[in-house]
Amino acid sequence: MSPVLEVHDLHKAFGGIKAVNGVSFSVKEGEILGIIGPNGCGKSTLFNCILGQLEPTRGAVKLDGRDVTNMRPSALNRLGVSRTFQLLQVFPELSVRENLILAGQEHQGSMLGRLFGARDAGLSEKAEQMIGFFKLGHLADAKAGGLSYGQQKLLDAAMAFMAGPRLVLLDEPAGGVNLTMLGDLKERLRAINAEQGATFVVIEHNMDFVMSLCTRVIVLAEGKVLAEGTPAEVRANPAVIEAYLGH
Amino acid sequence: MAEFIAYLIAGIATGAIYALAAIGFTLVWQTSQTINFAQGEFVMLPAVLILLAVKLLGLPLWAGGLLGIAVFLLIFGAGFKLVVVDPMIKHGVLPLAIATMALSIVMKEGAKDGFSAEAQSFPSLVPTDMINLLGVSISLQHLAIIVVAFAAIGLLQWFVGGTRLGRQMQATAQNPTVARILGIPVERMVLLTFLLNAALAVVASLLISPIYLAKFSNGETIGLFAFIAAIVGGFNQVRGALVGGLLIGVADSLAAAYVSSQYRLAVPLVLLVAIILIKPEGLMGRKEERRV
Amino acid sequence: MSAPAAQNSAAPARRIDAALIGLILGAIILWFAPVGMGRYGTYVLSLWLVMSIGVMGLNLTLGYAGQTSLAQAAFMGLGAYATAILTTKYGVSWYAAFALSGLLTFAVGLLLGFPALRVRTHYLAFVTLAFSTLIWLVLRNEQWLTGGVFGISNINRPDFFGIKLFGALEFHRFVVVVTLILSLKLWWLIRSPWGRAFTALRENPVRAASLGIDTRAYTLLAFAIGSAYGGFAGALYAPLVEFIDPSPFSLSQSLFLLLMVVAGGAGYLFGPFVGALLGVVLPEWLRFAGSLYLIIFAAIVLALLVICPQGVSGLIERGWNALRRKTGGAR
Repeated sequence: MSPVLEVHDLHKAFGGIKAVNGVSFSVKEGEILGIIGPNGCGKSTLFNCILGQLEPTRGAVKLDGRDVTNMRPSALNRLGVSRTFQLLQVFPELSVRENLILAGQEHQGSMLGRLFGARDAGLSEKAEQMIGFFKLGHLADAKAGGLSYGQQKLLDAAMAFMAGPRLVLLDEPAGGVNLTMLGDLKERLRAINAEQGATFVVIEHNMDFVMSLCTRVIVLAEGKVLAEGTPAEVRANPAVIEAYLGH
Repeated sequence: MAEFIAYLIAGIATGAIYALAAIGFTLVWQTSQTINFAQGEFVMLPAVLILLAVKLLGLPLWAGGLLGIAVFLLIFGAGFKLVVVDPMIKHGVLPLAIATMALSIVMKEGAKDGFSAEAQSFPSLVPTDMINLLGVSISLQHLAIIVVAFAAIGLLQWFVGGTRLGRQMQATAQNPTVARILGIPVERMVLLTFLLNAALAVVASLLISPIYLAKFSNGETIGLFAFIAAIVGGFNQVRGALVGGLLIGVADSLAAAYVSSQYRLAVPLVLLVAIILIKPEGLMGRKEERRV
Repeated sequence: MSAPAAQNSAAPARRIDAALIGLILGAIILWFAPVGMGRYGTYVLSLWLVMSIGVMGLNLTLGYAGQTSLAQAAFMGLGAYATAILTTKYGVSWYAAFALSGLLTFAVGLLLGFPALRVRTHYLAFVTLAFSTLIWLVLRNEQWLTGGVFGISNINRPDFFGIKLFGALEFHRFVVVVTLILSLKLWWLIRSPWGRAFTALRENPVRAASLGIDTRAYTLLAFAIGSAYGGFAGALYAPLVEFIDPSPFSLSQSLFLLLMVVAGGAGYLFGPFVGALLGVVLPEWLRFAGSLYLIIFAAIVLALLVICPQGVSGLIERGWNALRRKTGGAR
């Protein structure tokens, strides 16, 4: 079976600074891949290049064997690739429910159908499910801008899953989330992975979170892949210890 | 041929003035994300202020000139930044742009009500004679404009590239965050660009008003052409604005002569659309990072 | 997809929309308002509504989709001239001319917006600025079509199923109905998935794109629909004033309309009515000289932008919330 996501020799330079310097990896269906590395090692730039938010200097990104390098983010999303953001990215003026419906609406019907056809067909139910699943029930009609940081983080994740994506790229999902919610989040992610067979790529600083969630881990340093393996292997790798202690 | 060269020189002269306005426009855009829709009015007003000082206070021309320029620099250099830009930039680029539109209306209508609805003659600093050069008759005024405008631009280039202060300003324009880390007084540098912008506007105003007269509505065309020059040239560079300004000036002058005087305005507009379609980053611009 | 929209409106119908009631109530009041007001007073009221339609369109572009258009007056001009030319020279019925004006301005909006939005979003401002100037030139110079500076006169008012609408009051009531229909349409659009997408791309275009929202397409549509409202406003304006020349469709007028959006409150459904009230009706009532009022109005907008960028509607909302908090605390 061909991998869901293939990243081939990706480069990204900003002026003279090589933020991503020849990264290659692939992700199999149903896998939870963690990407870790010290600050400034190019993780977020890597994500942005994969997702068409930045134009890579060189290299290719393939989805199910199909070249999607430089595809526009919205088009890529409609192919079933979604993401969460490191910094909060919800729509503060819309309610939690509307945020979720919005996250799903572009995945069905046509542009004109959305305007003249049955309004939000099936999306309300799906949003309700997501609200229940991420335990946001009491907040469904509240404006997203008024939620606590952790709740917005959950909503952000829920939005990424609203359209039933095949591949989800999570950018520091655990950042700033308190311990109880962290457990919740991990449990939700595992459940979605198991039930829907969704594939995850997770960037994270929280080692415990990554090591307990991911099946495989890639370590980036200075824009390159430093090590790769199961959480246990990576933890034992002297080069990784060196990279982390060295910084 | 002689006629063509005369039109060409006239075009370069007005183009140099558009370039002055366009350079100021890109400077404030770069350092503070301010899209100044009042840029044309910035060029219109100094001449009006000077005439006003002469008329109301009975000052001699030189004193009125100095006073008018000082008042303008104070209000539309420093004041503009402190009163309009600073409190509004936190709301984002769009509200600030709209604020400058409101400002342009205040300036224009203010000049109409407070000064005159009619065009007033503005003294020329050089004789208005024509000279004959190899069979081409050229206006001395046009030559003077070209010399002064290019001198001003040259001075600016030297300042930006050749002095410590100028390089600090350049660094601020390129990346305020990094500039701050390097210990550059970013706030003061931003203020400096606003003052420079106002000064460029003064130069442009002094150069163009003897020809087009001092009139409240002058800013419309100058502003439009300055924006177009900035976009055509590449929005982000002094050199681009210069090239864009000259191109627009020449296109406008030749269009008036050879195409249609009624539709001379349309030629730069067509140029704008063509650039946006073919080379959206501008003639001298670099491609910007895609974000969305 | 085949189910009618009404059946599926279970979620939004939970509470009756206050905005909807406001629109209908407003229309009823305006229907009777000019009684005893005289021709001029009635005319000012009608003018207010017509301008509100134009501002409404711009509010969609600016307030909901976050784009600056500097050509709304030019679009109004396109609509007004198209209607005037079609009805006076070719005997086309006003209703057909009205529809054609909307269609024309929508198409021109798409044509202008497409190249501009392909690049960077603030380019739309410059392209519309250029377009505004171009339209002005055409209106003034193409005498054979537009009458040049002399304009087009004797524009007839339409009739409504045989009822002649020549009188100020009759025509005012007609304007009220058209305004109501257009505002309801907009209200419906804003609550539709499209409206949600518009809001999303104003609030956070990057996030919107990552959720599959084609930001370019939606921005373009918002702008084109907003422009079409300019066309509709123009199509009503021509028979209202019965004589048009290029002056009300200049670039400064476009800027003025933009300031009305901001003054009223960008992104508020009722903002355009407030904005047009401040911009059009107030100077008429106060008998202010045009240029002086423009200065005061622009200065007020400047001040508003510093204090409360959400305009008067935002101020009212703030006041209302403060009041509610107070009474809530007292209970």
